[in-house]
Amino acid sequence: MTVSADGASGVAGAPRLVSRPGAPANLIVRAARLFDPRTGLDVTRDLVIRDGEIAELAEPGGAPEIEGAEAVDGEGLLALPAFVDPHVHLRIPGQEHKEDLETGTRSAAAGGYCAVIAMANTSPPVDSAAVLGSVRERAEREASIPIGFVANVTREMVGTELTEMAELRDAGAIGFSDDGLPIANARVLRRALQYQRLAGGLIALHEEDPDLSAGGVMHEGEVSAALGMAGVPSVSESTMIARDCSLALYEDAPIHVQHLSARASVEEVARAKAAGVRITCEATPHHLTLTDEAVRSLDARFKMNPPLRSEDDRQALIDGLRDGTIDCVATDHAPHAAEEKEVPFEEAAWGVTGLETAFAALYTDLVLPGVLPLEILVARMTCGGEPFGIDAPRLEVGAAANITLIDPELSWTVGEEGYESRSYNNCFADRELTGRVLMTVAAGQVAFRQRSFALGVAS
Amino acid sequence: MKHLLGVDELSREELERILERAESFAEVGRRDIKKVPTLRGRTIVNLFYEASTRTLSSFELAAKRLSADVVSVKSAGSSVDKGESLKDTVATLSAYDPAAIVIRSPHAGAAQLVANWTEASVINAGDGKHEHPTQALLDVFTLRHRLDSLENTSIWIVGDVLHSRVARSCLLAFQKMGARVTLCGPPTLIPRGIEALGCEVSYDLDGLGGADVVYALRMQRERMGESFVPSLREYAARYQIDSRRLGPRQLLMHPGPVNRGVELAPEVIDSPQSLITSQVESGLVVRMAILYELLTGSDRPRADRGPAPADTPTIGQPA
Repeated sequence: MTVSADGASGVAGAPRLVSRPGAPANLIVRAARLFDPRTGLDVTRDLVIRDGEIAELAEPGGAPEIEGAEAVDGEGLLALPAFVDPHVHLRIPGQEHKEDLETGTRSAAAGGYCAVIAMANTSPPVDSAAVLGSVRERAEREASIPIGFVANVTREMVGTELTEMAELRDAGAIGFSDDGLPIANARVLRRALQYQRLAGGLIALHEEDPDLSAGGVMHEGEVSAALGMAGVPSVSESTMIARDCSLALYEDAPIHVQHLSARASVEEVARAKAAGVRITCEATPHHLTLTDEAVRSLDARFKMNPPLRSEDDRQALIDGLRDGTIDCVATDHAPHAAEEKEVPFEEAAWGVTGLETAFAALYTDLVLPGVLPLEILVARMTCGGEPFGIDAPRLEVGAAANITLIDPELSWTVGEEGYESRSYNNCFADRELTGRVLMTVAAGQVAFRQRSFALGVAS
Repeated sequence: MKHLLGVDELSREELERILERAESFAEVGRRDIKKVPTLRGRTIVNLFYEASTRTLSSFELAAKRLSADVVSVKSAGSSVDKGESLKDTVATLSAYDPAAIVIRSPHAGAAQLVANWTEASVINAGDGKHEHPTQALLDVFTLRHRLDSLENTSIWIVGDVLHSRVARSCLLAFQKMGARVTLCGPPTLIPRGIEALGCEVSYDLDGLGGADVVYALRMQRERMGESFVPSLREYAARYQIDSRRLGPRQLLMHPGPVNRGVELAPEVIDSPQSLITSQVESGLVVRMAILYELLTGSDRPRADRGPAPADTPTIGQPA
């Protein structure tokens, strides 16, 4: 994992991404289909990883023997640059009953991710250098893949006073976000965008007008009307995006819009990009594959914020992902304990887990039916760090090994063998998906290996 | 039928069967001794998380007329306020081996969840703003006494549709019985997208003359503070059903309790067209019929209680 110049380190030299040190991988993946849309690579080769770096892409059968290296049979498998998720909730500090850095990064690696960006709506929130320092220290002990931590934009995440953004940046904050809550006060956001010129670090925005969404628990539309549940109108998101695009343009500041859910939002972002706003945005696997029809089941596994919207909204998100209006896929992985979800829908906690199913869900529902080409899916799943200054992984000689090995034909039932995450509030549970991550190498270390995946040691 | 969770999942045949059964219980109600031994030895639990006068009393009396043992558990606040989850409460009550749990909850889908967690039959006595199927059944029963058939009749449901589970269940039940339904109220109180259920929507009472039945909904005072309507005065001026607006051949219904002088003018409440007290009477026999259908219907054998199935929740232990 390389970090581009401006994001390489804070003034005080703290690296932006932290993980547990470990032994660099020595690994040969024989005869896998190496696929990297960024370099146009699509060939069958032996992939040789030596000391955690991609050492060689050899003709099949032509890989040299490396003493002590593991060798795996990659025939029929896809070797992809591993994914980067700009939006996960690892619940540390304070909500260890939902997730922690060890289970969260294991879950990420099991989904093919080599790096994640953790949100700051924890308990307490990450609004001071002391809290940020403590979670980064824990990551050095517990994280099996690199984590970038955002810090809050506002103190105590209440949207009124700015955090010490410059100090937080020096202490390693990869960016800033009050995700979970919008920054409702436009003046506060404007000050943050101004202050960003000093502090650096992208501001990621949860876009929701709390007055318009108040009381709502699902998308406002035909399904909410039939179920009698209060709706969150799509305009509660799109009007806020429009406001913040205007502020970003006025202050010439970069912004990143999180979890787009509605057609109107995609259109706002497209307009803003055309107008020269420095804006990037993300969409989640669940918004790209599910609609509010799923909520008819009244199953709280389909409750998240923003809510699942209409089929028309979903189609707009897919089009946006295809044409690049939407820059990247983010899971918004939001683990919750069983007792927080086994309650009536209106009372249930918001959020779903998604790291372990992101690729398979999108591959099954969008790539296999021919809706989205594989190269676009892989491009959008690997570039999630770029807005925050983290380069997308590449399959090229000399690069740090950030690779995920996938069986594109293996079908599996979600949740059948449990989850790596501590929580199991997954909205694809019990569904049969195609495409399974067998192994993930992150920052040069083997971070995940499917239990059933046979390994051999090179003779 | 094992549970009654919503009108949505009832077929017209099931509806008709319950209504016919209710007719036979109406006959029992005219006898000197109004009690039948049908459910002797069975236990029925009423679990009410919301205040209720007529629904709760009607269920209690219905169970007693069928000779069942009745326990009513009332909680003003939500289960969460008390610290016990709905799931744990249901596990506790299920330990009494009830034949049926009647649940009212402020939250949509609560009855469905309870049905997943208990062996008992579950009856939805109102879940949030979602459904209130027993109310809709008793309303259809009441109407059929006056109209014989609902086929091709026009029924207007007037008032706060947005916050009304009665409106949703009645809409579905009236449609299943062949009626055409118009929802009428201020635009702020008509949910966006409700037309998808196949009804008409009107924001004024201009077309009310074409209705065979006018079903007024309760207008809750707390809606004023939330800017749904500017004042009760303006609401009443536009939507109150009074003797001027209600034609002599139109029938009037209301689920109760009525705000006199708000949604209904006092003179129409006591008029011969008003079915409001008949609705309460019907409530008793229809709820007897529902209990009968669920607990004795389709020769459902009462299995000997063996060991609890693996997915039955136990207190303090996630299932």
